Amino acid sequence: MAGPTRRWTDQVVEKWIGNLLRAGVTLSTAVVLFGACVYLGRHGHELPHFRIFVGTPKDLRTVSGIWKNVLAFKGQGLIQLGLLLLIATPVARVAFSVVAFAVERDRLYVVVTLLVLAILTYSLMGGRL
Amino acid sequence: MNIIEFSLLVCVSSVLAGFLGSLTGLGGGIIITPVLTLALGVDIRYAIGASLVSVIATSSGAAAAYVREGFSNIRIGMFLEIATTLGALGGALLATKMPTSSISIIFGLALLYSAYASSRPRHLHLGDCRPDPLATRLKMNSVYPTNDGPVGYCPQAVPTGFSLMFGAGVLSGLLGIGSGAVKVIAMDQAMRLPFKVSTTTSNFMIGVTAAASAGVYLSRGYINPGLAMPVMLGVVSGSLVGARVLAEVKTKWLRIVFGVVIAIMALEMIYHGVTGRL
Repeated sequence: MAGPTRRWTDQVVEKWIGNLLRAGVTLSTAVVLFGACVYLGRHGHELPHFRIFVGTPKDLRTVSGIWKNVLAFKGQGLIQLGLLLLIATPVARVAFSVVAFAVERDRLYVVVTLLVLAILTYSLMGGRL
Repeated sequence: MNIIEFSLLVCVSSVLAGFLGSLTGLGGGIIITPVLTLALGVDIRYAIGASLVSVIATSSGAAAAYVREGFSNIRIGMFLEIATTLGALGGALLATKMPTSSISIIFGLALLYSAYASSRPRHLHLGDCRPDPLATRLKMNSVYPTNDGPVGYCPQAVPTGFSLMFGAGVLSGLLGIGSGAVKVIAMDQAMRLPFKVSTTTSNFMIGVTAAASAGVYLSRGYINPGLAMPVMLGVVSGSLVGARVLAEVKTKWLRIVFGVVIAIMALEMIYHGVTGRL
């Protein structure tokens, strides 16, 4: 009765989550790799400067600032964009799981996953974790 | 050493970090942080940012493979993630009021014991296990693939596991690292999950936990593109290899690798507590 149907849905969900993760990782890696070529091509022969902490430039710390750097075709901006996509991947996975559990009519886990998503959003919004 | 050489060096060590991190469910931070700070003299705050990126990269890179293979248990991971994220919020609040160096030393000693405990083989009667009522109500009983076909398992002691996960979250909020270790140990030793299910489910969870704190680190300027780039590229490739190896490797060997990595981590924590570095 419910057994085979649930199994089938579980597998479909797993396949979709797998595809989502793979797409997220592939896309972010491609963007970082592209940014790396631009960055290393322009600054590759300079000296690294990570011994003393001055902090990443202010315009590479916010989504809007990063986007401006991407439009200006800056290597560092492209890398940060790729990293943003990477950070978004697990968040998207949790969000997608809410939908997946809803499709499976698993109300308990819809609630559980929504709770995780809420805490996640709260700390991402700078809820000072 | 110019930036190209520096990036290559970081990238190569990151491949190893991604490989071990995805295999053990601990994330790549244990390798990345000491390599960057001790060997390459990178400031600890940049290293923390890079380590955070490495954890998310390991988690997502390997998870794509694990989900399809059916090792990780999303329900267990999601349920326990409530405890971890809440704990991390609490830990971050406590961080300014607690002596993190002594916590570091105590945690390091506890990990040394866990390294010993979890590297020993455990004989399970899988397949015909007795389902725990609470775990059954939470739909946590499942199957995972082995060389002899799918084998069923029934998680035990859900409340204990949940409390330990809260502790793992508090620790990661307080100390920045170490949560992956507590997660694997809690699932393996307390909840009695098969070892591969424990490491892969932990691998799923650490990515979510790390993503939660990424916003803060980004806004503080810890995530530097020049440093995060070679780390991310290396870790992703390493984690893809790790995910392949995990499906094939014998659990006995996996436990030994896990034990060794945990022992290294324990020494790092004690070193950190004593010197205030790392």
